Amino acid sequence: MSGGTELTRLSAAALADKLTAKEVSSVEVTQAHLDRIADVDHAIHAFLQVSGDAALAAAADVDARRAAGEELHALAGVPIAVKDVVVTKGLETTAGSKILKGWIPPYDATLVERLKAAGLPILGKTNMDEFAMGSSTEHSAYGNTHNPWDLDRIPGGSGGGSAAAVAAYEAPLAIGTDTGGSIRQPAAVTGTVGVKPTYGGVSRYGLIALASSLDQAGPVTRTVLDSALLHELIGGHDPRDSTSIDEPLPALVAAARQGANGDLSGVRVGVIRELQGEGYQPGVLARFEESLELLRGAGAEIVEVSCPHFTYALAAYYLILPAEASSNLAKFDGMRFGLRVVPEDNPTAERVMSATRGQGFGDEVKRRIILGTYALSAGYYDAYYGSAQKVRTLIQRDFTAAFETADVLVSPTAPTTAFKLGEKLDDPLAMYLNDVATIPANLAGVPGLSLPSGLSDDGLPVGFQVLAPAKADDRLYRVGAALEALLENEWGGPLLLKAPELATELEAGK
Amino acid sequence: MSTLSRDEVARVAGLARIDLTPTELDRLAGELDVIVESVARVSEIATPDVPATSHPLPLTNVFRPDVPVEPLDRALVLAAAPEHIDGKFAVPQILGEDA
Repeated sequence: MSGGTELTRLSAAALADKLTAKEVSSVEVTQAHLDRIADVDHAIHAFLQVSGDAALAAAADVDARRAAGEELHALAGVPIAVKDVVVTKGLETTAGSKILKGWIPPYDATLVERLKAAGLPILGKTNMDEFAMGSSTEHSAYGNTHNPWDLDRIPGGSGGGSAAAVAAYEAPLAIGTDTGGSIRQPAAVTGTVGVKPTYGGVSRYGLIALASSLDQAGPVTRTVLDSALLHELIGGHDPRDSTSIDEPLPALVAAARQGANGDLSGVRVGVIRELQGEGYQPGVLARFEESLELLRGAGAEIVEVSCPHFTYALAAYYLILPAEASSNLAKFDGMRFGLRVVPEDNPTAERVMSATRGQGFGDEVKRRIILGTYALSAGYYDAYYGSAQKVRTLIQRDFTAAFETADVLVSPTAPTTAFKLGEKLDDPLAMYLNDVATIPANLAGVPGLSLPSGLSDDGLPVGFQVLAPAKADDRLYRVGAALEALLENEWGGPLLLKAPELATELEAGK
Repeated sequence: MSTLSRDEVARVAGLARIDLTPTELDRLAGELDVIVESVARVSEIATPDVPATSHPLPLTNVFRPDVPVEPLDRALVLAAAPEHIDGKFAVPQILGEDA
């Protein structure tokens, strides 16, 4: 194993320690990851853009500042990949859509500004379902990403690129966004860690909006501690996002470190009755039960809670999301940015807009915009959108009641392991069911974390989900880090050690 | 509750300003019909006594001091536009000749 390979296997926290101790430079760490991308991304396709020159320049700058004795952020010099739905000044941003092909944003998202200010070199932009609509990355206009555990299977979605990049050691850290599970479900099926913060916990300024009342950006990593470190960096109030919470974040890194000692005495863990059973793969449920036993052994009190309205969450979500998306995506009109398709015969702006959207949007985006337009149209508004908003109230009440008897709630992150590419592409409803366990958190705005809990009978990773009350994201990290430590103690190391080695470009070419 | 016919999908696609081919219309009508039937179950529990929620956390209006800040770089913004003339976005005619 070469020195570069060893660097790509380290956690962000371990890299940060080496950088701080000046055992290694950011240029070396960044180059190691760029080399890894060059070696394996032909098979994974996690990246839509690789920004090697800019990343190395940022790395050299951090190294110079460190050499000059400047006080730097703990993660300074640790490279990161950014989901392509987050705008990056000067770096092409498409949100996985043909309609934005070639678009160079004139500004940075707030979270990107924070990454740059802290000195994290940006390796590139990761693949995703178009405008984050999907659970498999198969709706990307630029081809799907492959799951590093089995290249014939989906990496989850919409943030499959970010999860696969981290799982394949192409990046130690990545940014995801989660509207109905797009951080947590890819984490589950790739054996990685992903966190959806409390709604408003991370600025949405500069995220290409899907559903504004549900969208939330968060960390995608290989360890719980790494997520806490990244979450603390990107989180906190931003006056440019009117829904941003104007309060300090809880102490997330401290909570992760506390959890890692494995003691959960006095913590009440609520098992959600409605998020198990029918539709869940036996191997997924078995790994879930084993994790519960570990939590019990660590001193946690396991209680069962009922959230009776969760069974309506998927239906409410597929009305609220399309309704908000149909409004948010109206800006893609072929006038100010992106694609413009001009039909013959001196057309009006309206005809240009319709032609542009007809050619520029993919199937799933068209499906959801039309569904949302329908749900909001005269005569149907009360029955569909109005009812969905009431269901949202009922789901929030379920959470409130459940958190009276439990400090955190838990469930499997996704009902199944990674399915085969193409398997659910022609059945939108079957695809939507992947998010059945993750959607309630978005509807209520509460934070959620997914961490690997083992392999199912098919040898593929299973995710364990932890949910906490709004603004209590620290609880995710305490319980998540505790379970991670207990599981890794049983496995003898991280779950990703069990993933197959990927053929490198050199070997593949032989 | 009414189901979604092909004509209805064509009408809504028009409202959403999305040109669809006849093949797309056929497929979408079938798919959307199934989806709408599935999501319509929200009305089962959406009784009149339940208030609607539009947002996950309680929000009040947010104000900030009315201080000018640096705008986006005009050259960069225009460079990303499909067409621009004299420092402005260039767009097709807004009104047709009949208007």
